[in-house]
Amino acid sequence: MAAAGATWATANWPAVVRAAEHAHQAAASPAAQKLEFLTVAEGKEVEAIASCIIPSDGTPGAREAGVVYFIDRALLTFSADQQKVYREGIPKIHQRLQQLFPAANLFSEATPEQQVAVLESLDEAGSKSPPRRPRANFIAGAGTQFFETIRAHTLAGFLIDPESDRRGNRGGVGWTVIGRLPEHAFQPPFGYYDRDYAGWQPASAKGSAKND
Amino acid sequence: MNPVARPDQAKYRPSDVVDFVIVGSGAAGGVLAKELSTNGFSVVVLEQGPYIRESEFSHDEIKILQEDFLTNHPKLQPTTFRKTPKDQAKPQRTLVYGRAVGGTSNHFTANFWRFHEIDFIERSKVGAVPGSTLADWPITYAELEPYYTKVEWEVGVSGMAGASPFDPPRSKPYPMPPLPVKGSGVIFERAARKLGWNPFPAPMAILSEPRAGRSACVNCGFCLGFGCEVKAKSSSLASMIPLAEKSGKCEIRPNSYVHKIEVDERGRATGALYFDEKKNVHLQKAKAVIVSANGAETPRLLLLSASGKHPEGIANSSGLVGKNLMFNSAAISVGVMDEPLNDYKGYAVSRVLHDFYELDAAKVGFYGGGGLDGRYDATPIGFAFGGLPPGSPRWGKDFKALLAHNFTRSFEIFGHGTSLPVEDNSFSLDPEVKDAWGLAALRMTYKDHPDDIKLTHWLADRSSELLDAAGAKQHWTFPIDEQQFGVHLLGTCRMGKDPQTSVINSDHRTHDVRNLFLCDGGSFVTSGRGQPTMTIMALAFRAADRIRDLAKRGELEA
Repeated sequence: MAAAGATWATANWPAVVRAAEHAHQAAASPAAQKLEFLTVAEGKEVEAIASCIIPSDGTPGAREAGVVYFIDRALLTFSADQQKVYREGIPKIHQRLQQLFPAANLFSEATPEQQVAVLESLDEAGSKSPPRRPRANFIAGAGTQFFETIRAHTLAGFLIDPESDRRGNRGGVGWTVIGRLPEHAFQPPFGYYDRDYAGWQPASAKGSAKND
Repeated sequence: MNPVARPDQAKYRPSDVVDFVIVGSGAAGGVLAKELSTNGFSVVVLEQGPYIRESEFSHDEIKILQEDFLTNHPKLQPTTFRKTPKDQAKPQRTLVYGRAVGGTSNHFTANFWRFHEIDFIERSKVGAVPGSTLADWPITYAELEPYYTKVEWEVGVSGMAGASPFDPPRSKPYPMPPLPVKGSGVIFERAARKLGWNPFPAPMAILSEPRAGRSACVNCGFCLGFGCEVKAKSSSLASMIPLAEKSGKCEIRPNSYVHKIEVDERGRATGALYFDEKKNVHLQKAKAVIVSANGAETPRLLLLSASGKHPEGIANSSGLVGKNLMFNSAAISVGVMDEPLNDYKGYAVSRVLHDFYELDAAKVGFYGGGGLDGRYDATPIGFAFGGLPPGSPRWGKDFKALLAHNFTRSFEIFGHGTSLPVEDNSFSLDPEVKDAWGLAALRMTYKDHPDDIKLTHWLADRSSELLDAAGAKQHWTFPIDEQQFGVHLLGTCRMGKDPQTSVINSDHRTHDVRNLFLCDGGSFVTSGRGQPTMTIMALAFRAADRIRDLAKRGELEA
């Protein structure tokens, strides 16, 4: 029946896409927005930190993408072994905040300048490390350092396929920000450089093969 | 979308002595299963991973890249690494391979160059390379050519014959035209032409037209690393396994983790011992055993099959099982253009060049050669982690602005090249670390031959020239370090005429055990210039013919 299955998929590809869109809308419904692991207080802090990592500055950021709900579910699923990183990391954020700004109490209630200062003081890697091709396990790669972990989760929660059941990238806003269209099927031309491409032609005699 | 099991699929009991038991259902195992079963032989394929159907494939980057939905699990199957045999190995993830029916062919890039003539006869042509066990293959390109053609037509490869002046001879054109060009391909082609190089449409194991009940590529943009829901990618799952099952002679048995090849007192293989899903042990009896478990797991299985009579593992009289590991060298350079390419749409690679396939060692100062391709294969989360230029902010307003600007404007030049075989580079059994079944873990020992590193830098320099010629407003190359991580797992059970310097002969039969055959990347003698899967599949088609003929002549009997 495998061949019949393939024919079905071919004939029904748009239907597959529609079904996925439906799932996407269901995932974005308000009923889905409830914390399952984090407390409401922790959720506020996590959302405020995520919002510094990808701010809402005229276009949607981590807050609008519902990254806190992605993190909440992550801590019960693929990142369950990082619960402790959060449970111990949030109080450490408070300590750092109070060290730097004795009058401040909660991260979510600090001024934007104070928030950035706290995170800068915790970001050990900074922008010094050169980029590498991300392999598998980019989130586990963050180790046990709280800032690295929440940074990794925030990036993933902002840009995850919104049709997945991870509760991130709500409404597909993360993809909109980076310019990725929501579809999962495209036709050429894809962009600026291939739109006037005339088709492959053999090289002229002048540019003939040379074997160096 | 698919029924759980085909109603017409053959079912065997472990106690049934089938003609062939095949360990692994990937690029080689899938082809062998299809070829042997459609020739009337009874076949059981034991696959350690699950049977995941196309309808269960996903674009969820967490599921694919974090949870290893399609791939080996580092927690269940830990690995260790050391640079040289003198070092103590430490736990470290050293490899990714497909662990599901279809194997690594489910998620490969699908770059499907053929090897060239030189790859088979390089030792004779360039002479000895100090520090390397470089050797000729016992077969030539001409002997493999009909099987490359078979892969293109039966498995499904899109491309344009004659477009590269460096292509080896071919007996037939491609069955399908190339896939639509991507922005990265157009930029690559125009820049390469400026430099006097010879870009050509990439041969890809992805359908550009519907074929055999499979859809053409829909350009979804989740290709490298992901399985293909519409069966456009020519994995063995999409192309070969259905035909094997349809023969009525082949059972695909998933969740079956083989840990020992049984050998009788006469030194003949009698079957494969495996754990089922509940860790119960069974022996699948067979007249002959074929191991296609990949260049890491195949040697591991031979080593795990050690017994009183074969203390160093089976088929290991040469002592070379697991040795001469090669990965292919890789140089990755990224360019950012002024206008959006939207290279997230589509498959990975649309243009390639082979001008540097055979470099003159006297001129460049090292042995080797390679190819360049133009591509983009980063998915959104992967891009956020590693796609921005060195020195970019990693969070905050400026980080977000860069993500927004660069995602649609980035592309890569990927340089692929030779790895020299070095005897110490190997997979072996770790003396301490065990997997979740209590079996010795894979230990990788690897240090690039110095020429491989020089070649990688050389290819990166060509990529930089190309990016300059393309007018990229910014470009950089990922750090070039000694490799400690492999996806191309090559050379570990090499083919050869001499039983002292190789593990299998040109029929893929082990020199030591008459009815034991090995066929996968481990069979390679040289690494080629990247893109091993095309050659793995061609070898498997050829091996199936050889094994069929041996069986028909009664040469697998006692």
